[in-house]
Amino acid sequence: MSKLRIRNLLNKNGLTLAALVIAYAVVGILVYTNHASRQMSNMLISISAYIVMAVSLNLVVGLLGELSLGHAGFMSVGLFSGCLLSIALSGGLPLALRLPLSMLVGGLVAAVFGFIIGLPALRLKGDYLAIVTLACGEIIKNLITNLKFTGGALGLNTGSIYSNTKDLLPFAFVLVLITVIVMMNLKSSRYGRAIMAIRDNRIAAESTGINVTYFKLIVFMIAAFFAGAAGCLYGHSFANVKPATFDYNMSIEILVIVVLGGMGSVRGSIIAAILLQMLPEVLRDFSDFRMLAYSVLLIAIMLLNASPRFAELKGRISLPNLFRFLTRKPSRKEASADE
Amino acid sequence: MTHFIQTLISSLSLGSIYALIALGYTMVYGIAKMLNFAHGDIIMVGAYTVIVAAFQLGMPPLVAALMSIVVCVLLGVLIERLAYKPLRQAPPLSVLITAIGVSYLLQNLALLLFGSEQKAFPTLITLPELHLGAVVIDGITLVTLAATAVIMVGLTLFINKTRVGKALRAVSEDKEAAELMGISTNKTITLTFAIGSALAAVASIFYGATYIYIKPTTGAMPGIKAFTAAVFGGIGSIPGAMLGGILLGMIEQFSKTYISTLWSDAIVFGVLVLILVVKPTGLLGRQIKEKV
Amino acid sequence: MSSPKPRIPDSPLVPYPSGAYVPERDVKEIPVLETHHLGIDFGGLTAVDDFSLTIGKTEIAGLIGPNGAGKTTVFNLLTNVYTPTRGSIMINGFSSAGKTTAQVNKMGIARTFQNIRLFSNMSVLDNVRVGLHNATKENLVAAITHGFGYRKAERQSKQAALDLLNIFALEQLADVPAGSLPYGAQRRLEIVRALATQPKILLLDEPAAGMNPSETQELMENIRKIRDTFGIAIMLIEHDMNLVMGICEGICVLDYGKIIAKGTPEDIKSNPTVIEAYLGRKGAKKDDA
Repeated sequence: MSKLRIRNLLNKNGLTLAALVIAYAVVGILVYTNHASRQMSNMLISISAYIVMAVSLNLVVGLLGELSLGHAGFMSVGLFSGCLLSIALSGGLPLALRLPLSMLVGGLVAAVFGFIIGLPALRLKGDYLAIVTLACGEIIKNLITNLKFTGGALGLNTGSIYSNTKDLLPFAFVLVLITVIVMMNLKSSRYGRAIMAIRDNRIAAESTGINVTYFKLIVFMIAAFFAGAAGCLYGHSFANVKPATFDYNMSIEILVIVVLGGMGSVRGSIIAAILLQMLPEVLRDFSDFRMLAYSVLLIAIMLLNASPRFAELKGRISLPNLFRFLTRKPSRKEASADE
Repeated sequence: MTHFIQTLISSLSLGSIYALIALGYTMVYGIAKMLNFAHGDIIMVGAYTVIVAAFQLGMPPLVAALMSIVVCVLLGVLIERLAYKPLRQAPPLSVLITAIGVSYLLQNLALLLFGSEQKAFPTLITLPELHLGAVVIDGITLVTLAATAVIMVGLTLFINKTRVGKALRAVSEDKEAAELMGISTNKTITLTFAIGSALAAVASIFYGATYIYIKPTTGAMPGIKAFTAAVFGGIGSIPGAMLGGILLGMIEQFSKTYISTLWSDAIVFGVLVLILVVKPTGLLGRQIKEKV
Repeated sequence: MSSPKPRIPDSPLVPYPSGAYVPERDVKEIPVLETHHLGIDFGGLTAVDDFSLTIGKTEIAGLIGPNGAGKTTVFNLLTNVYTPTRGSIMINGFSSAGKTTAQVNKMGIARTFQNIRLFSNMSVLDNVRVGLHNATKENLVAAITHGFGYRKAERQSKQAALDLLNIFALEQLADVPAGSLPYGAQRRLEIVRALATQPKILLLDEPAAGMNPSETQELMENIRKIRDTFGIAIMLIEHDMNLVMGICEGICVLDYGKIIAKGTPEDIKSNPTVIEAYLGRKGAKKDDA
């Protein structure tokens, strides 16, 4: 029985990966044969970046069970450090080498920041930790705004490294793929189990020999790394980036994606990221109400999740469950096989 | 020296506002054991209420201020009933996310109703400036300091001397035991939200009168800073919230005046992180042992 | 401590050089757990004081006492959940001072909790595999790539977990979320998870709480089986006197944070101080009824 379940799990993960590959292949064909609309191809890089952001934040929120309100800060750090490197190298190296290198460096610098912010996080949890991450995100924003070499409040001129979607899409695809594979693999490893054990019961996890400090740090660093790499990619799709863009509001936006997609569900984060990025583009009139709708969504999902009827559906916060709840067809087995 | 005293006075005024907001955080945290993220945005609502009441409805200043308090109390209680009450048994993470959602909802509603550009706050109090040698204290600062002092004394007396205050303390100490003693936890929590929101409304009036310009995100930053002030003083402790608020106001004002305005946000947030990390139990808070 | 203590006639316990009594088979081995004058104060209140105890390598020991005597506090001190105010703890001859709870676990102490603490959103199998965490040879690279020995490590840990679940007849429930298990199964799973960390001593906090007599009987057999199979010591807090008197070799009685008696079940049963402080109160109630 359990063997079957593991195979099932692999299939589910495999299915998600296959869907991702197909989606990018279709989009790629459209883009490279010039069939994609301008509007659509403009969105692709930002959607990819948001998928990476959401999947990496899900590691902190869904698996570790801590709230990070400074995820945009990590993105910002990766963006500015990676893009600065890319600008410096733009004379010598072709994009194919320069972009992966700068994404790696951007990710590493962000991971260092993740370590620095993770250090105080070791002493804190819950509300206090959330506030500290929020504060750290704001400090990062303030820092980048006030530094000379990052272009200050006016923003960094990334005109020299700006690349269009056609050039960036392969890199975006690889980054998304790596992020998704790493997160899925991590979840079904002893590391993932230890992280979830901390989420479920910290004291029991400690008594079972889990080094909580170490795992919190690892989680913050991995999440920051991918956020940083995504930031660097994101920066290459603009001619100018302002540090003020990556504020608390952006962190909340990513949190909404994670909550909507389902805590701990990689697939859910991907779907929600695509949905939430596309909706405002599709429904132009909706864009004014976007943030309002996000806030209502956050509250509604949490309240639904606490309602006994919804809890019957295994208490998982996820899009499929929301759908099932709305269509009132509780099916326990499917819900438990979800993931 | 004059400059120093001037800064000290303006820091006391800012600190008083933080203290008033921090009281709301600390009471709710002490009793409902949750971080009411939307508390800061109540201030924004309070300020907009005054603006609407004074400019659009043409109410006299005092009535506008009262109206603001009434609206904030109703809003606070409504939020608690609709959003937080169903989550009493839910994991803390859900409660926190909901609170963030509420905070966001209020900000974006205000954005739709009033637009993103800032609105001027009406002049509610016209008192002459007070000249003490070279030091000038304007009327609103005097009123802020006096009113804060009165409110704090009143609140302390209320908590310590009245029956209702005793019930509040009992629920904060042990919910189940208080329930067994016939104290309604739900009523107590509602009352806490009402008091906290009323104090936030008062804070919003002083904030508006001191800083004049109000926009939908006005409440967010003072809210987060005031929460830190509450933690600094010791979460759940009323004198702690007062002390923490005043101290945080001083840190912010002095770093603005003597270090740099550009970096003042980074400094305040740095202090905030430092406080949360180094002294999470606060100055006047008690060490809470996790039950194993 | 100056002169060696004599053996008590007819007692199964024999004295260590230190003067503490342990089962005869353990006397040649290093004691698995030794505390000296352990104590902790909360604020001005002394919760546990002068707690000195020695447990032999394969001893089943009982820690009993009225409610609020500080029994669970002792467990929290032994696992460094609380930092002791005074005294020392030696695990297998090594001091655990300054170690974290996780490090103490690696030194050889595993425990269960009075109010069950499972990883309730994870499957029964995964709960045990968390216990096997430190025994699983799988580094971060293997975890991220699912290569470099990942499959072998996972297969081994899964088999080991199933074998452990087998002892408590839980292997049928391996895929069920731990939070949805019935109460008794949750208690058993906690013991399995603790065992998975390969401890030298297992601390059980009221393992029979909420169990019916037949379940308790089964638990007693299982506790003995664990001791015999793994050759480890077990220390348990329990209010069920039949269980304590039935399986414990050495018993320590705690009242108001202080040890009031130590000895074999027979010693404790006939100890007037214990009867007065603990059994007496209970016995009196029984007599009245």
